[in-house]
Amino acid sequence: MPSQLVNDYFRQENLPHIWCSGCGNGIVTRAIVKAIDSLGLKKDDVCVVSGIGCSSRASGYLDFNTIHTTHGRALAFATGIKLANPKLNVIVISGDGDASAIGGNHLIHASRRNIDITTIVYNNNIYGMTGGQYSPTTPCGDKATTAPYGNLDNTFDLCDLVKGAGATYIARSTIYSPNMIQKQVENGIKNKGFSLIETITSCPTYYGRKNKKGDAVQMLTYLRDHSINTVAYNKLSDEEREGKIVVGEFHNSPKPEFTQLYDELIKSMAKED
Amino acid sequence: MTVRLMQGNEACVEGALKAGMKFYAGYPITPSTEIAEISALELPKVGGKFIQMEDEIGGMATIIGASVAGLKSMTATSGPGFSLKQENIGYAIIAEIPCVIVNVQRVGPSTGLPTSPAQGDIMQARWGTHGDHSIIALYPNSVKEIYEITVRAFNLAEKYRTPVILLLDEIIGHMREKIDIDDNSKIEIIDRKKPSCPPEKYLAYAVREGEIVPSMASFGEGYRYHITGLVHKETGFPTGNENVAEELVNRLTSKIENNVDDIVTYDEYLLEDADIAIVAFGATSRSAKKAINDLRAEGYKVGMFRPITIWPSPEKQLLELSKNVKRIIVVEMNSGQYFLEVDRIAGKNTLVEKYGKINGDIIKPEEIEAIVKEGHNA
Ligand SMILES: Cc1ncc(C[n+]2csc(CCOP(=O)(O)OP(=O)(O)O)c2C)c(N)n1
Repeated sequence: MPSQLVNDYFRQENLPHIWCSGCGNGIVTRAIVKAIDSLGLKKDDVCVVSGIGCSSRASGYLDFNTIHTTHGRALAFATGIKLANPKLNVIVISGDGDASAIGGNHLIHASRRNIDITTIVYNNNIYGMTGGQYSPTTPCGDKATTAPYGNLDNTFDLCDLVKGAGATYIARSTIYSPNMIQKQVENGIKNKGFSLIETITSCPTYYGRKNKKGDAVQMLTYLRDHSINTVAYNKLSDEEREGKIVVGEFHNSPKPEFTQLYDELIKSMAKED
Repeated sequence: MTVRLMQGNEACVEGALKAGMKFYAGYPITPSTEIAEISALELPKVGGKFIQMEDEIGGMATIIGASVAGLKSMTATSGPGFSLKQENIGYAIIAEIPCVIVNVQRVGPSTGLPTSPAQGDIMQARWGTHGDHSIIALYPNSVKEIYEITVRAFNLAEKYRTPVILLLDEIIGHMREKIDIDDNSKIEIIDRKKPSCPPEKYLAYAVREGEIVPSMASFGEGYRYHITGLVHKETGFPTGNENVAEELVNRLTSKIENNVDDIVTYDEYLLEDADIAIVAFGATSRSAKKAINDLRAEGYKVGMFRPITIWPSPEKQLLELSKNVKRIIVVEMNSGQYFLEVDRIAGKNTLVEKYGKINGDIIKPEEIEAIVKEGHNA
């Protein structure tokens, strides 16, 4: 029997999902749905926009207004939807490659505009859908099918990136702590502005296997053992900080929101007539 | 009656507003930029929205999003930006999202001659996005016609749930002509069909008996459904089923190809007794008209066929024409793109020649006159 949550929010005719066993995407998706549920949002008022990738398939499983777009462009589609109908709660689901490689330009500009969109990046440190190529978040030195000798690129810190670009709510969590993901998504949705929640998820099939990270349980355990909150992290020495995943809410600082400003512009023009 | 002196690009925005445009997204590029600038100025006055996106890929994606949320949407660009829009034009085709893409052409490839006219995107308009598909592309030749054809572009987009491409010439986009904007109360405006069934009965991609396309709910109206660029079933959900794939691609193509009589418009000039026909569109057709008048004065029986709908091509009409004339000369500011189409259709019945120019200079009436005479004496 599916749980009440699955009954209420998932399109059961489209299940089972395409994700591999041991994939963390289900944990993130469930946490997002729990956040929507706990905020009491009406399903008709929620719009989920996704790009292309394993993670982006989530939109098809969810019983909202859903649109699975093109690789990297979810935020640009979402910008059109939100600006056209600001009443919709617009949530973007995107992979690390989708959001920060091919879609990196839209990510920084959506942040800069502070448009009221809540973006959840399912960061599995790899291109899952295409079979394990390195992404902008694959750690330096790690292996991928296109980095057979180890990745030479530096990585993005997605939270720092969007902070610099102007996002107004920024947080990170891992699939070891679904409640933390849920809380962050709730706060992201509550923020009337651009919110980014980076969730570290695991891909045992590609990233795990290529880098000898073990099975799904071992990868989860790794996330548990390496996550740390900002306060504790700040007390560590440089060597101790090596390999740590800093989690928590990093930024929550409202600013005027783009679609609201546009609506005010329209109102002011109507008055002038 | 208010006769106004108006630029072609301005007439495009006026036409779009008349058609009900409520959303514009794009990225500036010569020679299309006035379309963005005037949209930015006018849209908030009518409760519409304008956004300058970070690039043309984003501009295209954003108008699709706005259309999904229920607003009639447009973007405008030129060659380099038109190239960037192609992937998402394909998305609008497969997901059946109405929208209008204006391409005020310039000389390419690449940055080419940014401020010089060209008609070099005929084939990119047809086949720019990957995969099998049909497309609607319209090509006006005056400021007044830009106004009317922009309205028509929106109407066709809404009626057939498909992106419609408006090909403009820099010459007309930047030219000022008299136009009577008040003289348009009769203009028909078409809106997309909305579902009338209750949400639980809604099949987002099922075509009801007697309809051409599925009815389209806007996000936020209570019909929760799924849109994807993947091959999808009537429910909107993806499938890898071969039969469904073939059926879908065929349906998307035939909704256009089976309705060419409704979609195709064209203009004929002095063809009744002609034994030579010039095929020309956009600005080039205006040079051709002058050439025809001069040639007629000298006794040449020459006329013009001007496609206003470039894609799907006016196949029936071109075939008919090929039976009535000894020569067809396709005159275009490229090295023979539409010639390929005209020759395919008419070449078995008559001689089809091409005259092209690719250096950023317009084709002048004298050149067309010379071409007609040259072939005639040979
Ligand atoms: C324009 C374009 N380029 C490339 C691809 C191929 N592609 C599909 S998904 C993907 C990467 C997905 O990785 P990520 O965004 O990290 O998501 P994941 O699959 O890991 O969830 C790529 C390269 C595509 N579909 N479209």
